[in-house]
Amino acid sequence: MITIIEMMNVTKTYSNVVNALNNIDVIIEKGEFVYIVGPSGAGKSTFIKMIYREEKPTSGTILIHGSDITNLKENRVPYLRRKIGVVFQDFKLLPKLSVFENIAFALEVIEEPRDIIRKRVMEVLDVVNLKNKARFLPQELSGGEQQRVSIARAIVNDPRVVIADEPTGNLDPDTSWEVMATLEDINRHGTTILMATHNREIVNTVKKRVIAIESGRIVRDELRGGYGYER
Amino acid sequence: MKGRTLLRHGKEGMKNLGRNGWMSFASISAVTIMLLVVGVFILLIMNMNHFMDSVEEDVEVRVYIELTASDADQEELKSELQQLKHVKDITYLSKDEGLDQLIASLGEENKEVFESLREENPLNDVFVLQATDPQLTAKVADQAETLPHIDKVDYGKQVVDQLFNVTKVFRTIGVILVLGLMFTAMFLISNTIKLTIVARQNEIQIMKLVGATNGFIRWPFFIEGLLLGAIGAVVPIAVVMGGYHYLYANFADRLRLQFAEMVPVYPMTIQVSLILLAMGTIVGVWGSIASVRKFLKV
Ligand SMILES: Nc1ncnc2c1ncn2[C@@H]1O[C@H](COP(=O)(O)OP(=O)(O)OP(=O)(O)O)[C@@H](O)[C@H]1O
Ligand SMILES: [Mg+2]
Repeated sequence: MITIIEMMNVTKTYSNVVNALNNIDVIIEKGEFVYIVGPSGAGKSTFIKMIYREEKPTSGTILIHGSDITNLKENRVPYLRRKIGVVFQDFKLLPKLSVFENIAFALEVIEEPRDIIRKRVMEVLDVVNLKNKARFLPQELSGGEQQRVSIARAIVNDPRVVIADEPTGNLDPDTSWEVMATLEDINRHGTTILMATHNREIVNTVKKRVIAIESGRIVRDELRGGYGYER
Repeated sequence: MKGRTLLRHGKEGMKNLGRNGWMSFASISAVTIMLLVVGVFILLIMNMNHFMDSVEEDVEVRVYIELTASDADQEELKSELQQLKHVKDITYLSKDEGLDQLIASLGEENKEVFESLREENPLNDVFVLQATDPQLTAKVADQAETLPHIDKVDYGKQVVDQLFNVTKVFRTIGVILVLGLMFTAMFLISNTIKLTIVARQNEIQIMKLVGATNGFIRWPFFIEGLLLGAIGAVVPIAVVMGGYHYLYANFADRLRLQFAEMVPVYPMTIQVSLILLAMGTIVGVWGSIASVRKFLKV
């Protein structure tokens, strides 16, 4: 097994909060699909942000694919992020660019050659099943399709891991399943997926590893767990 | 950096200019006004320096010989003057020649009044000394003053000192004005660029997420600042080149009659234009760096 993400004794304190995360120890292996669940304010987003270095841990150690990013220099952060795909609840697509251009953008800004960009974008459009919408603008797509575009952008770089913070948070149940199917598909091809979610139905139906966080602590970590918090 | 990337940054930078049309216009105008003032002051100061140099070249020490001195006394004085340090040249100006010069310089109307003076010429005979270096004029004059048979010693130092003071005042005013205008221009430019950055915050956020380096993100704004500054320099450069060409063509000859030489058009206007372009771009880039830095802190 190859370890993709390892956290050792990680604590995060924002200036105004007592420990958003508290002594987190976790290991995520290559190819895993992991849900992160927990009540609002539990620390799920904080957990995710520390992986792609949006936030820095207050103490503890984080290894990504074996390399210690705890004290990563500011000018190395871009290179860390090229190994991680990130997906958000609100898609974060550029409204004036077409689907194709939105995905290509991720490769342009890391200065990939043009022919490689074309090839890769067409490949990932195929993966997310949107080849026929390449010329569309984001506003001409459904929410689920937009989220699949943002997933395509996240994987176009062929990252080791895709982390998604409530990717279905803005979507109705049907389109949520579309997105879920896409993520599963990517996972089947070997990409590690880490997904923070409030979607009980998905977690209970597509059984995967579940890490539950409450008040900044991991309270449950089950290999084929359910959502928990049953009413 | 790859050529294609540079091209992309250039395009983005230019697009940014259009995005905030009015603010860009205001920034460019500020640079233009600043550089116009700089240009005019540089031309003025260069010409004054040039004029001062030529006046200093002409500075001479006039040694007025006592009216009672005999020819032998004059001969002796001349040889003593010749032995003084730093004396390059001695010419003798008799009181008759002196009067000729005076009458010639006074013009036709007064001519007759002074013609009558020829009988009893009140002027002194004069030795005119040229120092080896204009800076040493005062020294030469001091030495000459100690010699016998001398009525008084005179030299044009005052003129030079006065000119120097005027230039100094101009220079001070110029520097203060230019510094003030520079900060205004920089402030406007950095605000213009801040606006483009705010408008593009989404884009920047995504760029950072997918691993663009800060340098890459910074480039278009850098180019935007550069363009704001360089475009602002266009009008001042045109004014300096065209305006000075015009002034030189129309006034240089007339001024030459007054023994004031204007600095030739070339290469000075080219040099001044380059200075203006450099100042414009420096202010532009400075403004853009000031505004981008804050936004890229993670
Ligand atoms: N930038 C910040 N500055 C200060 N406090 C923060 C910041 N971000 C998060 N917090 C605090 O840290 C705690 C954990 O927040 P986090 O966003 O990780 O929760 P979450 O589990 O993602 O919640 P949700 O399910 O609502 O998205 C909360 O108490 C939150 O108020
Ligand atoms: Mg959250």
